[in-house]
Amino acid sequence: MKLELRGITKTFGALVANDHIDLTVEPGEIHCLLGENGAGKSTLMNILYGLYHADSGEILLDDVVQHFAGPGDAARAGIGMVHQHFMLIPVFTVAENVMLGHEESKLGFLDLPAARAKVREISARFGFDVNPDALIEDLPVGVQQRVEIIKALSREAKVLVFDEPTAVLTPQETDELMSIMRQLKEAGTAIVFITHKLREVREVADKITVMRLGKVVGTAAPTATNAELASLMVGRSVELTVAKSKSTTKNHALVVEGLSIRDAVGNLVVNDVSFQVRAGEILAVAGVQGNGQTELTEALLGLQDHVVGTIELDGKSLRHLPIDRVLAAGVGFIPEDRQEDALIGEFTIAENLMLDRADGQPFVRRGALQLGFRSNFATEKIAEFDVRAQGIDTPVGRLSGGNQQKVVLARELSRDLRLFVAAQPTRGLDVGSIEFVHERIVATRDAGVPVVVVSTELDEVIALADRIAVMYEGRLVGIVSGDTPRDVLGLMMAGELPAGTKLAA
Amino acid sequence: MSAELPSSVPVADTGLDRGGLALDQHGNELPPEAPTSRLNAALRDVLSGNIVLTILAIVVALVVGAILIASTNADVQATSGYFLARPGDMLAAIWQSVAGAYAAIFRGGVYDFTSDNFGDGIASFVGSLGFATPLIAAGLGIAVGFRSGVFNIGGTGMILVGAACAGWVGFALTLPPGIHMIVAVLAGLLGGGFWAFIVGFLKARTGAHEVIVTIMLNYIALYLIDYLLNSPVLRDPSSNAPVSPPEKATAVFFPLLGSKYSLNFGFVLVIAATIFCWWLLSRSSLGFKLRAVGENPRAARVAGIRINRMYVYVMVISGILVGFAGVYQVLGAQTTGFDRGIDANIGFTAITVALLGRSRPWGVFAAGILFGVLQAGSYTMQAAEGVNVNVLPVIQSVIVLFLAAPPLVRAIFRLPTPGARLKPSTPTKSPVVAK
Repeated sequence: MKLELRGITKTFGALVANDHIDLTVEPGEIHCLLGENGAGKSTLMNILYGLYHADSGEILLDDVVQHFAGPGDAARAGIGMVHQHFMLIPVFTVAENVMLGHEESKLGFLDLPAARAKVREISARFGFDVNPDALIEDLPVGVQQRVEIIKALSREAKVLVFDEPTAVLTPQETDELMSIMRQLKEAGTAIVFITHKLREVREVADKITVMRLGKVVGTAAPTATNAELASLMVGRSVELTVAKSKSTTKNHALVVEGLSIRDAVGNLVVNDVSFQVRAGEILAVAGVQGNGQTELTEALLGLQDHVVGTIELDGKSLRHLPIDRVLAAGVGFIPEDRQEDALIGEFTIAENLMLDRADGQPFVRRGALQLGFRSNFATEKIAEFDVRAQGIDTPVGRLSGGNQQKVVLARELSRDLRLFVAAQPTRGLDVGSIEFVHERIVATRDAGVPVVVVSTELDEVIALADRIAVMYEGRLVGIVSGDTPRDVLGLMMAGELPAGTKLAA
Repeated sequence: MSAELPSSVPVADTGLDRGGLALDQHGNELPPEAPTSRLNAALRDVLSGNIVLTILAIVVALVVGAILIASTNADVQATSGYFLARPGDMLAAIWQSVAGAYAAIFRGGVYDFTSDNFGDGIASFVGSLGFATPLIAAGLGIAVGFRSGVFNIGGTGMILVGAACAGWVGFALTLPPGIHMIVAVLAGLLGGGFWAFIVGFLKARTGAHEVIVTIMLNYIALYLIDYLLNSPVLRDPSSNAPVSPPEKATAVFFPLLGSKYSLNFGFVLVIAATIFCWWLLSRSSLGFKLRAVGENPRAARVAGIRINRMYVYVMVISGILVGFAGVYQVLGAQTTGFDRGIDANIGFTAITVALLGRSRPWGVFAAGILFGVLQAGSYTMQAAEGVNVNVLPVIQSVIVLFLAAPPLVRAIFRLPTPGARLKPSTPTKSPVVAK
């Protein structure tokens, strides 16, 4: 089925989210919609799916103008959507989720066997390995996404929209999704693939449309380089590789020895990990999500409870210190989950900027907040870190992800640091913000601070690292130099250390 | 390495900063379901509501109260028998009963327009301030807890313990005037604070949920006071009933506006308490940390705030404030000796006051005065119009009900849902325009 959008315009108040967007997707084509956060991609797709109504413009399927009053109409017309956040009920089985919303019944009983058969049939057709009777909550994220795809296909979707499908996937799951998308394409489905990850785009796209500030700013062929695509997205040329000088290695500042961590139920999540980080050096911890990296960074801050081993910073132990003392020792921390662990959404930017300094000068004097100082500080920092907001009194929860992360960075980097720990510092950010965060991390390193960066994005690891520590199932597979080839890192992330790999511990 | 990013560059995400439009932020993975309890989430919803909804909730409650007053009125019941024949009679009776009742509340709570001079008329409002004083104090205590994410349901226990401590000092010790009052007040505050400290300590040490602990401590306090009132410690030997001796004149709160008005020094103290709470919550380092714990305990912990310690602090502060309500009861409201009913249900009404005041100190102050007016007025209403005072708790409950259900109030008054135009669940009829 051919999908055509003509002159779609949508405004929210003064903001033009979509400005006369034209888009054509042919059957058997993967059409990438590329753009930064806030470029209007999701708005456009929500219009297509009947969730929003366009102010003007029309949607055509096989050259017939469509009028969708809601998602039901869109689904009946053959449009399927795979949301980034799955619309699945965790305590239902796969088959139950697939039939949900258009349940068929026999004599008043749900026709579950038919749903099961349908799941099996679609699974077989595309080589998915999905058990129709598995509970959703027991399935890994990648498989849950397949259930979403099966759900769409079971409703005879001829146009499939994937809204940022890879944000929640591990690299392996991403690769598997790519091959599924290719299969669907072979079967004649028209696919719209929304993302801001350039690598994925170039891998699967047949056509690329780039959006910025609500407008289509250009189209590109999949042969375009990363730099070309990025500059289209951001409107200027973007440095994808981080410019950094060779690290001037000094003495070991952070020494971790024999660190093991157990989780609340007693499983060993970090197993006998030892490493050192020199002042003025970035150690990147690579690995597939869930191999102990999160717990490792939390242990450095004193956030983990069941820890053995030693953690020494400049010769002083950080173990057994309460978190405020660890912070006072000069440890800066970017938590993995910024909305839950780093920021208080209801608090203003200014309040969040003093969150971990509420104990004494200069923000507090004799138990009272120094509001004048705080305002000046916040005004200065939002300018310095380029936080785009109405003012320092805007609640942080209202900011975009990139601006939220800049607030966290501004807070942590404006203390006197002896160690900087950043967990997934650019997850979910757009290209412009990623570039900014990377620059800041490298600047911190250049100021002579030891830096530990945890990332599941190999691109980020390679861009930032002086040395790379790869974790697998709680163990350190090895520490290698920053210029180690990707394929070697890939093998290490799967737990193998290829023979002849030069270690740089 | 240059970190300068030209600020003139149009980065695409500026649109998100204006009023948080839900454009493309799906791009940022949202955190998994927060581990905070649903109770906390519901509380946050109630506290973030706006003033219009608060006022409308009060209006709805008054309407419900009016229906109750009318339907229990004898004239209305009598005229309803021939409603179809002569509907005017019943409508008139309804109007009479409702208008009479609310006019009586106004007379008793705000200004008595039947009196000859302003001084006598305003005595009603001055009296209401007296009723409001303990409600404000206890409401502030509950509100400080709410702001810190702690549900203090134990107002009753803290009031009883505070009242007993202050009351004992007031009748048992002999001290110079003034000093006696100060010692009695301090004893009451200590008592309330200690009772709450038990809760904070158990929560911090063992993770016990404060709702359970405070409710249980209410019973413990009640039976403890009951026991003491039946023992020589608190019992007036000259009385047959389990009642304490009267407070000594040196300990009781002195009247502020002469003997003609019932307002006493306790009201000044409660104004000071309100100012203190405002300073604590919006100007102090401790309050900043408490609010941080209340809004997002995980982020507060990562920021080095010792959450367990904060729970102890907030409980003690809450207990001291609530304890003052108990102090006021024995030294200001009922100085002739107290019994086990000295809490006068203030511990629970204070929760309503805190919610109605959105847990903002001056909001609680205003809500407390409103409830004081209603309470003072309800006695006049009963005396003058024969309407049962129990209409009052119904009105109060309905206020809470509607505060807890903003969508219901919005539906009744057809107010727009915040951010409704962004909500995909409200499809408009206009089809996509074809050009």
